[in-house]
Amino acid sequence: MRATSHTFEANARTGLANPILQRALALMQSGFPERRRFAVERLPEFEALRDVGKSIKDHTLEYLDFYLELFEENVVAGDGRVHWARTADEARAAVLQICRSVDAKIVTKGKSMIAEEIGLNEYLEQNGITPVETDLGEYIIQLRHEPPSHLIAPAIHLMKEQVADTFRAEHRALEPGRSLVEARQLCDEARAVLRPQFLAADVGITGANFLVAETGSSIIVTNEGNGDLTQTLPPVHIVMASLEKLVPTLEDAATLLRLLARSATGQEFSTYTTVSTGPRRPDDLDGPEQYHVVLLDNGRSALLGGEFQDMLRCIRCSACMNHCPVYAAVGGHAYGWVYSGPMGAVLTPSLIGVAEAGHLPNASTFCGQCESVCPVKIPLPKLMRHWRGRQFTGKLNPPVYRAGLCLWAWLARRPTLYHALVELASRTLGWLAGDRGRFRTLPLAAGWTAVRDLPAPEGRSFHSLWVERQKAGSRQ
Amino acid sequence: MHVALFVTCLVDFFRPTIGFAAVKLLEAAGCTVEVPRAQTCCGQPAYNSGDRADAKAIALRVLDTFEGYDHVVAPSGSCAGMLRVHYPELFAEDPVVLPRAQRLATRSWELISFLVDVCGMRKVSARWDRAVTYHDACSGLRELGVKDQPRRLLASVGGLTLAELAGAETCCGFGGTFCVKYPDISDKMVGDKQADIVATDAEAVLAGDLGCLLNIAGKLRRHGRQIEVRHVVEVLAGMTEHAPPIGAPR
Amino acid sequence: MSEARQDILLGIRRSLKRGRLDMVREAELREQIASHRRNLVPARAAALGDRGRVDLFVAMAEEVQATVTRVSSPVAVLEEVARYLVAENLPAEIVLAPDPSLDDLPWDERPLLRIRRGRAEAGDAVSLTPCFATIAETGTLMLISGAATPTTLNFLPDTHIVLVHADQVVAAYEDGWDRLRSAGAMPRVVNFITGPSRTGDIEQRIELGAHGPRRLHIILINDRRIAGDGEDK
Repeated sequence: MRATSHTFEANARTGLANPILQRALALMQSGFPERRRFAVERLPEFEALRDVGKSIKDHTLEYLDFYLELFEENVVAGDGRVHWARTADEARAAVLQICRSVDAKIVTKGKSMIAEEIGLNEYLEQNGITPVETDLGEYIIQLRHEPPSHLIAPAIHLMKEQVADTFRAEHRALEPGRSLVEARQLCDEARAVLRPQFLAADVGITGANFLVAETGSSIIVTNEGNGDLTQTLPPVHIVMASLEKLVPTLEDAATLLRLLARSATGQEFSTYTTVSTGPRRPDDLDGPEQYHVVLLDNGRSALLGGEFQDMLRCIRCSACMNHCPVYAAVGGHAYGWVYSGPMGAVLTPSLIGVAEAGHLPNASTFCGQCESVCPVKIPLPKLMRHWRGRQFTGKLNPPVYRAGLCLWAWLARRPTLYHALVELASRTLGWLAGDRGRFRTLPLAAGWTAVRDLPAPEGRSFHSLWVERQKAGSRQ
Repeated sequence: MHVALFVTCLVDFFRPTIGFAAVKLLEAAGCTVEVPRAQTCCGQPAYNSGDRADAKAIALRVLDTFEGYDHVVAPSGSCAGMLRVHYPELFAEDPVVLPRAQRLATRSWELISFLVDVCGMRKVSARWDRAVTYHDACSGLRELGVKDQPRRLLASVGGLTLAELAGAETCCGFGGTFCVKYPDISDKMVGDKQADIVATDAEAVLAGDLGCLLNIAGKLRRHGRQIEVRHVVEVLAGMTEHAPPIGAPR
Repeated sequence: MSEARQDILLGIRRSLKRGRLDMVREAELREQIASHRRNLVPARAAALGDRGRVDLFVAMAEEVQATVTRVSSPVAVLEEVARYLVAENLPAEIVLAPDPSLDDLPWDERPLLRIRRGRAEAGDAVSLTPCFATIAETGTLMLISGAATPTTLNFLPDTHIVLVHADQVVAAYEDGWDRLRSAGAMPRVVNFITGPSRTGDIEQRIELGAHGPRRLHIILINDRRIAGDGEDK
């Protein structure tokens, strides 16, 4: 997917000025956090489970090579195949090769962020294969030629009128005068339109929330059931997953699944949690004949052992972005690539470079909400700060900014001079403000005063007043 | 108890009243308060900008300046958080400085939580006839667990009623340099905060961090709102006559 | 792609600053896996007795818009199926999992119920399946694929009816895994189903029946070994 992260500021302004997006984001803000809170309150062990989830992931990452090999061993023992892909190119090629081997024309897809990451749909289309998104949100944005704006609710930026408009424009075979006012009608239409596609598909591609080393299984989590129809009906099932999706055992998966739905939508458990282990058995009446797992690196192995390793614990729940005030202000598209919100701010620079994605870890107040709701305790603000450190040492900030920081630090180590200057500035600004108590505008402070007044200082610094008070006190 | 006041650069420059209110309450709690002259800034601007070298240099000065006190108290969750949570992180790889940073960390406190959790303060004698609401500044809340303590003390202020703010725990959009680097986003966030404040019908909004307060007051003033903005310690110390509300005319 | 495989594994080891794990450590990890050690399991269902567990399962399942009817005999099961189809205005036509537990039901007493055994096809309206276990913790059905339990029955039809025996109700997912391991090799698929299909993708409003079944009806047969009430309908 082509990135527009470098135009984050403009993207953000567009998002802020979009009244439909703002309505949609307000709905999100009043929905997900409340539901998560309810689910968390119902499970007394939730906090303890966060620590367990974190340690399961940390352990797996520490031995990732072992678990990957064990996973492959078990997939192969179960008549499945594993395809290792270092890069997006290799992953795309692997998928194409499998599709070509069965002369595939139509491919149904369950939601996969990995597939977005490697631009799979465009690639398949270029090669004469039609990908059909089946997750309702993904289907809607596929019709609109838009990227996803959220990790689990890709069309969260839309209101139902826009969906209705899109369906009218794209479902041309249907009766033009039909009513599409209610969400119910839109869902029913999508169900009816997509059902024949499920049945006609030659290959089904899903993502994976988890890969289980113990059994060579892949786990998907949906509420719609589209992932299951995608993987059960066609003769070929391809699972696309990045390396860090591994967990050791089915018990470990159960622990993380307890955290996942609650953190994502506030559900106790997603409607369909499906554990797939290989192709159909000889006596099975349905199921795919081929089971392939494409394991994608695309920068993950490089994050191991480094200051960003914690990011690999992410289980793609979206709690961070659901609680992020910046995401709630600008929406997911502002981030300019596949991953948005706080997890996107950390992951995106590591996958596409900090030159392209540098704004993302900077557009944060470090309020810490994300970290406080992350089910696997990823220290997101700290990781964003690491990116800021990389930018600083790489001299990627504007020179004026660097000079300002340098000057401030220089002054801060010279208390006498510092105090004198603070007293001088305080008196000057206090005098300039007069009795008004604030500035409407102030040279050098345009960033502040563009949108708010600047309260005036009291006119004396605390330290100078304190010195006076001490002197007065000692005279008595 | 021998306490050093960490004034904070914002209080020093913008609103000394907060510093004096802090001293008054600390002395009322039985502490002797010193204000080390050599202090300037905690280094957070450098730290959050990824300038670890400067942050460390400033932090070393702070470690020197605040050696030897029983406690170091700041009327700011973000500065106290810097000392308590981030200094050890800053020096995690430095075996010589780390113990000093850890010692300072365990002795560093946000002011209100110090008064309540360490000094055992349960009430104040101040009186302020206002309907107020309270904004939970992020660092104090999430890094230091400051939540109940200011509310407990506010409950003892004569004539004061507290209406909880919807989204009290949501960031106001200050975030240090964030508010000037991304002013549009910051404006949206503080606009939402303003709407929540207005919806409580409160006459005043209080918080424990001057950065938030400057941001909120600036927004309210820009929109012609008369809601008073003060640091919570000004109210608790009974010093609301000492200075006009933040951003308000004299 | 074995070059990619080697590269990736090497890249991982390089990042972790070590070589391949030694045999001892690898054996230890394999042993840990084989021990199937449970992590922290919430007390919610584990603390309950048999009857409490069943009640919890029912309560949690109903919370997610599954419907549950309790019966106490196989005859009552078919009566309930017939009643449900009429009540929901559904045709008297079901596709059944070709499972012995369903075959044993007195179908010939219900000649007006048209049944077919096998996998589901497009156009099937109602399916009836057994289940492998149910998880009381979250009101979740655990179904496994097999010669007698084709997966399409769980997803293609608009209405999915599931027969649950009270002694299939376990407390937690971990109990389900234990039962599965005792039963033999991993099936192609394990479906954990918690309520009917739904989506919230349009304005965060939950709508049932996205792609999977719109209705999930659970018929819970009280096993004779568990004391408790079950009503004949």
